[in-house]
Order: sequence, then C-alpha cells, then structure tokens
Amino acid sequence: MKKNWWKIIAVLLVLHTVIAGFMIPVPALNILHESIRNLYFHVPMWFAMMTILFVSLWQSIKYLSKSNIQSDLIATQAAQTGMLAGTLGLITGSVWAKYTWGAWWVADPKLNGAAITMLIYLAYFILRGSIDEEQKRARIAAVYNIFAYVLLIVFLMILPRMTDSLHPGNGGNPGFGGYDLDNNMKMVFYPAVIGWILLFVWIFTLKVRFEKLKRKQLFNE
Amino acid sequence: MIGNQIKYLVIKELKLEMRNKYALGGILLYVVSTVFVSYLSFRKIVTPATWNALFWIILLFASINAIAKSFISETKGKLLYLYTIASPQAVILSKIIYNSLLLMVLSGLCLLVYTVFIGNIIQDLPLFLLTLLLGSFGFSSLLTMVSAIASKANNNFTLMAILSFPIIIPLLMVLIKLSKNAIDGLERWDLNYLLVLLFLNVIIIALSYVLFRYLWRD
Repeated sequence: MKKNWWKIIAVLLVLHTVIAGFMIPVPALNILHESIRNLYFHVPMWFAMMTILFVSLWQSIKYLSKSNIQSDLIATQAAQTGMLAGTLGLITGSVWAKYTWGAWWVADPKLNGAAITMLIYLAYFILRGSIDEEQKRARIAAVYNIFAYVLLIVFLMILPRMTDSLHPGNGGNPGFGGYDLDNNMKMVFYPAVIGWILLFVWIFTLKVRFEKLKRKQLFNE
Repeated sequence: MIGNQIKYLVIKELKLEMRNKYALGGILLYVVSTVFVSYLSFRKIVTPATWNALFWIILLFASINAIAKSFISETKGKLLYLYTIASPQAVILSKIIYNSLLLMVLSGLCLLVYTVFIGNIIQDLPLFLLTLLLGSFGFSSLLTMVSAIASKANNNFTLMAILSFPIIIPLLMVLIKLSKNAIDGLERWDLNYLLVLLFLNVIIIALSYVLFRYLWRD
C-alpha cells in the first residue's frame, strides 16, 4: 500500500475528470460550445506523451553511459507507452476537429508537430526491429532516440513561430491559457493533467514489469 | 591534432571519390535525370510555391541518395583500420565536411539544370545561393549521422529514408521559407530565419560530435 498510493490518486483523479468533466458547466464560447470539454481529455494526452517520452530519452542516455540492458528495455516500453498516449491524443483531436473545423485533419503547425513525433517513434521501432543483436540494437536505438528527441524539441519550438495556427491557444483562438479558462474549468483541467499522466506512468510501469518477467522466463528456460 | 586528422581524412575521401568517378557521375546524373523527368511532367512552372517545393524535394532525394553510401560503402575492415588511426570525432566531422562539399556541387548543378529546364523565377539570387549553401551543410550533417545509424542496421536504404525524413523536416521547412523569400525578392535578408538555420546546423553537428563515438564500436 505504501508504494501504491499514487495509483489510487491516479484512479480518483481520472474518475474526477470523467465525471466532473461532463457535469460541471463550461463557459459558453462561440464555435467551441460544449466541445470545449475535450480539453480535459485531449490536452493531457500530449502532456502525458511528452513526460513518458522524456523518460525514454533519459533511459537512452543512461544506457549509453552504463550499457545496462535494463535501461534499453525501459526506454522501449516508455516509447511505446508514449505512442499510445500520442495515438489517443490524435484520435481525440481529430474527432474534435471534424466537428469544430469541419475536417479530420488540417495543415496546422500543432498537428504537423504531432504527426512528426509519431513518425519519429515509428521509425525508432522499425530501426529496433531491423537489428538482431541485443546490445548493438540497444546502442544504435539509443543514439537515434537522443538525436531525434533533441531535434523534435527544437522543431516544436520553432515551428509555431513560422506559420499561424488555427489551434486553440494560438493566433487569437481561445485556449486553456489565461482568461479563457474559468475557475470551474481549472478545477477539472489541472487534476485531469496530473491524473492522466499518473495513469500513463502506471501503464508504463506495468509494461516494464511484464517485459522484465518475460526476459526472466526466457533465461530460465 | 583533431584538425590535422580531419584534413587528412577529407583528402582521403576526395582521393577515393576521384579514383572511382562513376559513383560521383551516377549521383550527378541522378539529379539531371530527375529534373528532366519533372520537366517532362510539369513543363514550365511559374507558381513560386510549386517551383520551390519541387526544387527542394528533388534536392532532398538526391542528397539522401548521395549520402547513403558514405558509411554503407565502408567495409568492416576499412572502418576498423580507420578507428585505430583516428578519433571518432575526426571521422564524423571529416565525413560531414566532405559530404557538404559534395552536396554543394550537387545543389549547384541541380539549380543550374532546374533553372534551364523548369524556368528561372528567382529574384534575389545571392540570398538563394546562401540558403543553398547553408542547406547543403545542414543536410549533409544530418544525413551523415543518419547514414551512420542506418549502416549499422541491415536493410539500409529504406531505413535511411524513414529515419531521416521526420527529423529533416525542421531544416527543410526553414529552407523552403528562406528560399521562398529569395524567389519573391521580398523581406530581404530576414535575419531570423538565417539565425534559426545556423542554430539548427550547430545543434546537429554538436549532437553528431557527441553521439558518434557510441555508434562505431561494435
């Protein structure tokens, strides 16, 4: 119990998000209307993804300095969990865009950033798949992970400054920053971010434990 | 010390290239043929956005083709010998320098053939050439590193493309923006984008410098 308190918090916060997110009144804004509730689900996915991908980066750096295969295992599982969060973020965003902008996908810096993130990590998995030797695979994949993550961060920083964006929170569109978010929404949004991040960390730790057990079984046979 | 190593390694690359000229000839012909195919399908292009996009796409594919061979063609024994006499940093930096020279020639030729066939609509040639120069350098540093990664895995060529496309996009977008300005002759010498381009180049080279030593030892 002492070690698992944060899992209970995760469940409670996500429950709070789902219940309060649909029940508590939201400000009546043009265009957005009730779809503003997507904020509680869509935005935390990206926060969770970046958090988990950062864990992946950190473990890759750790692998290069210590050459411990456990770090590589954790880095892979983190990248996979990050992609799960990213996919959910894309789906929630896409459905929202269909009803608000009228299209599943539009040319927009935020969306392009998301797409490139997915492409980078898919390429990372293909790279892993094409090397057989374990230590070599771990090393090469770690190098690519670090190289790609740094360039991705740079890209996410410079891209929005190059073109205007339709996305809420950019180019004068209402978003979750500053005056757009009333106190009711803040009461749901901040717990939602923490709750979803914790939930994804939980999924990630489960995946890591599962992989470790699989390895153990492999060596025992 | 490292400067000396880099100098000799670049000379080595140049000599090797001169020794079998067909590789260089092949990649130059690749550019010319691609431009000609585009010319037959597009005829003249007068819309700046299309002109620009097609130019960079041709150059991107040609660059990937040109640089993919930089590590793939090295045999295991040759690499081993190289690593006993030079530091890994010198190896990657010399490859980057040599490849950027190669890409400068390649992009110069591409521009020449492209303007002859598709039409010349550039209004600010100095800015366009500067963009091309910085672009060659950026492409070469990023693709050299990716080719080092891809050469360690088995199915090299596809891997080279899928590994490099997503991470080359930031560079490509800044380049397209800058060369669009040069074509339109507007916003002369927008320093912001040039600085971003330099910044990207510096980051890529710093990353290659730090990470390459983990790649080569097998």
